[in-house]
Amino acid sequence: MSLRIVVCVKYVPDATGDRKFADDLTVDRDDVDGLLSELDEYAVEQALQIAEEADDAEVTVLTVGPEDAKDALRKALSMGADKAVHVEDDDLHGTDVMGTSLVLAKAIEKTGYDLVIAGMASTDGTMGVLPAILAERLGVPQVTLLSEVKVEDGTVTGRRDGDAASEQLEASLPAVVSVTDQSGEARYPSFKGIMAAKKKPVQSLDLEDLDIEAEEVGLEGAWTAVDSAAERPARTAGTIVKDEGEGGKQLAEFLASQKFI
Amino acid sequence: MAEILVYVDHVDGAVRKPTLELLTLARRLGDPVAVALGNGAADTAAALAEHGAVKVLTADAAEFADYLVVPKVEALQAAYDVVSPAAVLVPSSAEGKEIAARLAVRIGSGIITDAIDLEAGDEGPVATQSAFAASFTTKSRVSKGTPVITVKPNSAPVEAAPAAGTVEALAVSFSEKAHGTKVVSRTPRESTGRPELTEAAIVVSGGRGVNGAENFAIIEALADSLGAAVGASRAAVDAGWYPHSNQVGQTGKSVSPQLYIASGISGAIQHRAGMQTSKTIVAINKDAEAPIFDLVDYGVVGDLFDVVPQLTDEVKARKG
Repeated sequence: MSLRIVVCVKYVPDATGDRKFADDLTVDRDDVDGLLSELDEYAVEQALQIAEEADDAEVTVLTVGPEDAKDALRKALSMGADKAVHVEDDDLHGTDVMGTSLVLAKAIEKTGYDLVIAGMASTDGTMGVLPAILAERLGVPQVTLLSEVKVEDGTVTGRRDGDAASEQLEASLPAVVSVTDQSGEARYPSFKGIMAAKKKPVQSLDLEDLDIEAEEVGLEGAWTAVDSAAERPARTAGTIVKDEGEGGKQLAEFLASQKFI
Repeated sequence: MAEILVYVDHVDGAVRKPTLELLTLARRLGDPVAVALGNGAADTAAALAEHGAVKVLTADAAEFADYLVVPKVEALQAAYDVVSPAAVLVPSSAEGKEIAARLAVRIGSGIITDAIDLEAGDEGPVATQSAFAASFTTKSRVSKGTPVITVKPNSAPVEAAPAAGTVEALAVSFSEKAHGTKVVSRTPRESTGRPELTEAAIVVSGGRGVNGAENFAIIEALADSLGAAVGASRAAVDAGWYPHSNQVGQTGKSVSPQLYIASGISGAIQHRAGMQTSKTIVAINKDAEAPIFDLVDYGVVGDLFDVVPQLTDEVKARKG
């Protein structure tokens, strides 16, 4: 039987752009270009590698987001994923991690899966907890933050490098996996891949398709509330000296004046 | 007074500093009740009592070490059921965040991660967070259920506040789910003898300008003269010069020390995201136009191979 892999990806504002908050304190998506979150490219890459190793596999990329989020799906399709699912609904605006994970879990179940792969965190929200929450919601093992991953005979194994130790993990499929930026560089889409992606199917789903009520998601349905967001004041200009042979000593003098030495 | 559940991060009974900081914050919200799990759990009690824990709930079982995350979630949930706390605080480690998130789903609560400050508010705890590579500061709260909040290291001072710290055994029964992900083997990270990167008061980091793994010796020498942790930029890690566990930045560790010294680091957004909340920032870079100089309190435009060893010698001389 075919190995069904679902990769969760996020369309995020470019981290090198001037990111800010909109008036309702959600992430402003109008003034900065969006793209497939860099950390999700690693998830797509590992999904493709696992699919290439398997006899028969299908890679579906899944995203929840506005119309523009299709760009992220196209990128993943051009890298080599087989098909895409886009959950889009006006009522989703302002959804927090609890709502997003609910929508993803329902869409994953509807799509059918043996393996879910996600990146280690998004580059905008940066919480890094969505894969664990997905595993909780789907009721399957969590095999997260892997720098190395392998799937064989219905078992997923991988290496998780933690602060105190490096752990070798193992779980039976179905399972939820997340991979770090150490898992292996993501491929660039080839010209052929980009052309092929245009013909690949993108299924659109809304909340009704997933039996989710509008009250369960969106800004009103969020289980957290942002009360204020303030731009961090620019750091006051510091002293900059050119090393004329005494740079290290001058720096030591500064550190001493600040009581660090 | 309301009780605040505090998840204890410890190594065989030795409580790690971020947990003691968490107790400082918990005392602003209520009476801290600590939950310590795994090998050495009971040995944490003295340190936790010294810093304000009124109660210490402990549990040990093979599951905590043999299976990933879920056994700890189930134990924390058992503690939650016994205590009915006003909030649950967990240190913001990779594992801590996953434990907190799964607990939040189970108890139907919202979650806030990576708080850098916490205060009592009319509608529950108010968490301060950094957003968009620390270019914004937000204030948030959990609006549904019992707030579950993870807090980053170095977000509060460690304060002595002796309390009873009564040890109580926590009864935990594991579900089938707890045995889902097996930890087949564990290789402890070799100790460098230096402070933990995220907990250190001083961090000395090297980047592309260090130009080779062997040259990190001069970064380490400066770090050792100051009793600091060693960090590395993504460029240095990707080049294979220093381990990923020491990477500072968006995809590595986020640090907030009293003093951050960046050597040969240009200061791309990827790096700034992980260090710009440091109290004092110092940089050494050949390129006067490097963006890192926009952040510094003191910067030296020069060759790090001249400046860093001279600084190290001077620090040693002054410290005698």
